[in-house]
Amino acid sequence: MNIYSEISSNKRNSYILLFVFIIIIIILGYVFGLIFGNSYFGIIFAFIFSIMMILIGYYSGDKLILSMSKAREADKKEHAFLINTVEGLSIAAGIPMPKVYVMEEDSINAFATGRDPKHASITLTTGALKKLKRIELEGVIAHEMSHIKNFDIRLMMLVSILVGVIILLSDFIIRNFLWAPRQRHSRGSGGIFYLIIIVAGLLLAILSPIIAQAIRFSISRKREFLADSSGALLTRYPKGLADALKKIRDDKDKLVDSANKATAHLYLENPLRKIGGKINSLFNTHPDINERIKKLESI
Amino acid sequence: MATLFWVLIIILIILVLYIIISYNRLITLRNRIENAWSQINVQLKRRYDLIPNLVEIVKGYAKHEKETFKMVTEARSKLITGSLSDRAKASDMITNALKSIFAVAEAYPKLMANENFKMLQEELSGTESKIAYSRQFYNDSVMEFNILIQKFPTNIISNMFNFKEREFFKTEGKEKEPIKVKF
Repeated sequence: MNIYSEISSNKRNSYILLFVFIIIIIILGYVFGLIFGNSYFGIIFAFIFSIMMILIGYYSGDKLILSMSKAREADKKEHAFLINTVEGLSIAAGIPMPKVYVMEEDSINAFATGRDPKHASITLTTGALKKLKRIELEGVIAHEMSHIKNFDIRLMMLVSILVGVIILLSDFIIRNFLWAPRQRHSRGSGGIFYLIIIVAGLLLAILSPIIAQAIRFSISRKREFLADSSGALLTRYPKGLADALKKIRDDKDKLVDSANKATAHLYLENPLRKIGGKINSLFNTHPDINERIKKLESI
Repeated sequence: MATLFWVLIIILIILVLYIIISYNRLITLRNRIENAWSQINVQLKRRYDLIPNLVEIVKGYAKHEKETFKMVTEARSKLITGSLSDRAKASDMITNALKSIFAVAEAYPKLMANENFKMLQEELSGTESKIAYSRQFYNDSVMEFNILIQKFPTNIISNMFNFKEREFFKTEGKEKEPIKVKF
């Protein structure tokens, strides 16, 4: 597959995912409504709620993320090399030049966000600017540029919003179930049927956030590998990014202070403390860094 | 009889669809090449405009390096006109001339410390790499386009609508080889 068929498959996957998540949301809405005694109300509520969240996230999600990360726009004089390199790589990728931001932070990291290549931005930590050599910085920027070109930024944005909606809805359901008036559970002949649905719904409410998160992280890991290799296609020098990743691995300071669980998957490499264990690896936002380096070096 | 008729109709529809899709693909690629070509020129022009400033600054510190200045100015005057291969050659000449100017500058510590000089140096090396990147994008697009034109069955369609192969923007320096990446 070449990079263009990768992009179209990414766009297609976005739609399939969106569809799966919307179905989960509709079922959750149904269960939610059931608890209140009107399932249609639940579905409509869930639907309107998610549309609203998607619209807000789609059009202002990147601004929110940038301000949450305390990023400021790069200065043309101070960060001349950074801006030049971003422009150069956007030419190599054949996309409009994204906005460039810098965040005050000692560890080496970077992220890209936005909804499409016309509305995108790349942010680098000051640590990355200080500690990385030019050719390594180029590799990092090419990785982020690939996230933009491959429409990963849009995919991840939508997925994060929908995961958020699912978590909120299931939270509503569990809470309301616990506090809902008890007499509803045993009325007339439909009692047992009703009980089964409620239990199944409750189970779904408990499980769906976990499933949604696992889906989200598995997509995120796949996109990281992809951005590594398509970034190498841009610079024609895979070693640059490999060396940058090595520096991150060996750096004492790995944590990004203003990163949190909601933004962690955006970064070049996991900005939060790592949790060990086999099951936890399902919930890693990034593939193993040594594996990434190995793959880059084998190109 | 009726089945045969419908089979023929369906084959015809598929054929027409295929022609439309291939034609659009060729058009998209051709536009991308045009775009890439104008991007190369934007960057070449940018470098063209920066050179006089550089020569001016360096002259202030290193008056005796007349040969180098002459070389740069000559290479620069050739850049704006000419065919694709002429421009590629002129562009290479400028790249080399700039290298020698920066090599000369090394011998003048005061010049190296000059803020304007430092900024120009950053700007020029940035433009230099932008030229390389735009050339890379241009050549990649040309390659994709040419392959499509040569390959069967798109070659029939490209013949039908008179699509012509494009010329690469070659450079004498060692080009970064396209690398093989598996997805």
